[in-house]
Amino acid sequence: MEFIDYYKALGVDKNATQEDIKKAYRKLARKHHPDLNPNDKEAHKKFQQLNEANEVLSDPEKRKKYDQYGKDWQHAEQFEQARQSQQQRHGNEKFSGDFSEREFSDFFSSMFGDTGGGGFRQRQTKFRGEDHHAELHLNLTDVYKTQQQVLTVNNKSIRITIPAGVENGQKIKIKGHGGPGINGGPNGDLYISFQIINNTKFRRDGNDLHTIVDLDLYTAVLGGEIIIDTLDGKVKLKVKPETQNGSKIKLKGKGFPVYKKEGEFGDLVITFQIKTPTNLTDKQKELFEQLSKLST
Amino acid sequence: MIVLDEFCTSHHVEVSFVRTLEEHGLIETIIVNETLYIQENELSKLEQILRLHQELNINSEGVDAIINLLKRIENMQNEITVLRNKLNFYEKNP
Repeated sequence: MEFIDYYKALGVDKNATQEDIKKAYRKLARKHHPDLNPNDKEAHKKFQQLNEANEVLSDPEKRKKYDQYGKDWQHAEQFEQARQSQQQRHGNEKFSGDFSEREFSDFFSSMFGDTGGGGFRQRQTKFRGEDHHAELHLNLTDVYKTQQQVLTVNNKSIRITIPAGVENGQKIKIKGHGGPGINGGPNGDLYISFQIINNTKFRRDGNDLHTIVDLDLYTAVLGGEIIIDTLDGKVKLKVKPETQNGSKIKLKGKGFPVYKKEGEFGDLVITFQIKTPTNLTDKQKELFEQLSKLST
Repeated sequence: MIVLDEFCTSHHVEVSFVRTLEEHGLIETIIVNETLYIQENELSKLEQILRLHQELNINSEGVDAIINLLKRIENMQNEITVLRNKLNFYEKNP
């Protein structure tokens, strides 16, 4: 267990008045309150530390004890034993602490994170449970259609619906499936972050998909029909005569589903890459030469 | 549905505070047979507002501003995710 300097946590010095402590606590609590810092684990931790610090330092009796043993909490028991043996020697001296050894160690354990401690049982503040974060790796084809999946988070099975069209890096919140609330506070939430691995030949740009389609020279020049792949299956596509290399066409509604808009899809953008013929026969060369002469 | 009076008693808050939140459009209540209710799906939002009010001493106007800013932050974070993906797309395919 690590010693927590409550004065440092509140940014006040050891001689701070109750008013200084109250002011510092309010200022920092506003900065680090979990409701103002959603998904920020550090802020949540800091806020709990601030509450602990305020709990101890705003109570003159607890503050006195913290000042007495705080930084040497690891040696507190030895100190007490030393005091007791001193008491036995002097007879009439009394230990000023009013709690038993069991409560004494609880006092420290609760100061350093064990909420089962006796010292803070009177705490009024209800804490919302900790938010949990999980990462889910899915293939692009997995999020083409809305699907249900059972996840195991902290030994609990949760059935979630993954809407089609989820973005890479997108987070969804599942209310109440985070850590349990403290002192009757509400449960935290579960945040699932999606890492989408593209397992297709298409490139995704939001709701649009992009692909490059090879086109032979003759179809590019004369036009024709080709069969292309989409995520939804194969489609027949008409190619206009005199199609240029690098030109693009858009297939409406053949892209990726729009998140939470059932039946809506982005577009599939096709870029034509014209392949010039290789290994020409003599006859082909001759015809190209004739064409060349006609064009000049 | 939860009876508003009971909710307010257990959360140590005045009914008038919840009505003010309703005036700001932050939550919705329902009247059934002259009794005010809150719907369960409003509960977590209302509890969040109460934590801001009770733990940070923020008044209803302040809570209204904060909730709106939090919504804007959430939208901006979603936009950043979309833009980051777009940027990756163009970096990989210049």
